Amino acid sequence: MKSLASLRDLKGRIDSTKKTKQITGAMELVSASKMSKAEQNARGFVPYADKLQEVVGSIASSNTDAKHPMLIKREVKKTGYLIITSDRGLVGAYNSHILKSLVNNIEQKHSSKDEYTIIVIGRKGYDFCRKRGLPVTQSILGMSDHPTFADVKNLASETVQMYADQEIDELHIIYNHYVSAISQVVTNKQLLPIENIGEQAASTSNYEFEPNQEEILEVLLPQYAESLIFGALLDGKASEHAASMTAMRSATDNANELIGDLELSYNRARQAAITQEITEIVGGVAALE
Amino acid sequence: MSTLAVSVVTPEGPILEDSFDMVICKAETGEIGIMPKHIPLVAPLQISIARLKKADDTKQVAISGGFLEVQPDKVTILAQSAETADHIDILRANQAKDRAEKRLQDKSDTVDRYRAEHALKRAINRLEIANS
Repeated sequence: MKSLASLRDLKGRIDSTKKTKQITGAMELVSASKMSKAEQNARGFVPYADKLQEVVGSIASSNTDAKHPMLIKREVKKTGYLIITSDRGLVGAYNSHILKSLVNNIEQKHSSKDEYTIIVIGRKGYDFCRKRGLPVTQSILGMSDHPTFADVKNLASETVQMYADQEIDELHIIYNHYVSAISQVVTNKQLLPIENIGEQAASTSNYEFEPNQEEILEVLLPQYAESLIFGALLDGKASEHAASMTAMRSATDNANELIGDLELSYNRARQAAITQEITEIVGGVAALE
Repeated sequence: MSTLAVSVVTPEGPILEDSFDMVICKAETGEIGIMPKHIPLVAPLQISIARLKKADDTKQVAISGGFLEVQPDKVTILAQSAETADHIDILRANQAKDRAEKRLQDKSDTVDRYRAEHALKRAINRLEIANS
């Protein structure tokens, strides 16, 4: 009797694992299509970022009297961290890498909570900070899978304004940089003050400035910083979908393996039951003779 | 006759790429017209409509948060948002306009007047081009 119950048990487990596999397989496909869209979005942003960088770089390098607070390093009393996390789970180690990097940074550099503040995109990061009692100044939860510039405009400009108002003296951004579908790297970049911008752009044009360089920098630098935040978000979203795809693929693989194992034990148990039955019959016949 | 290669680029990708004879924009310092062989120039733009002329045809683009970069045979308009007339959501622009007007009438200190004014300007700008 025992072997029959375990046969039914095994059958049940095989069925439920198969259903799980179907779901993770579907989720993998969904993530794959979202990833390719996100990758496309990130590519669309490149021309804008490049051009902006070229112009800002050429102003910054062509003339040294044009000074702007965003280009000047000042004594750091408070640091801002902008972290980009996901809203949902099921993305493997995507969030934990970012949060680990954040915690490491904080432990290394700061001794009290007055020395830093955190700006969060994504529910996972928000919940983490709340649970640990880390100071969060701003947050966006429920960011769309394919964010538009308008979605982050407010957060970006308010963050840049915090720097301008000297509420923070440094801004770091921590996100997962999308290298390829199977590789994402945690990146920690200093966004403000903007450094080495003149060196990167080998400027070819000598521009006239209307009205003048200072006023153009006044307009351009905040836009530049905002666009970097948006760029990081697009990059992060592509990584999120890639991570989710990888996580779902390995879940599907694991399910396949599990089903294989279960089917093996199921067949063994079935065979054992048959053998036992035959032995019983043979035994019964022998007793009658 | 030489022409200008014009591209309008936003964070969400290029909006328009074509060649035109003349570009007219509203810079912070006033209206500015660019024709081929202009000296290299950089100028921030107001929330306004850029007009791109080709022969007798004029194309209009609503620009906000943008600036203009000019090279002798090339003009790039970089903007945080830019739309051609056929891409404007009139309903949304109208709603944005009403919202901004309501906010501006509210005299309490909680209203960010600067932001509301900008929102209103953007909405009016969009409507103007959509209705023209």
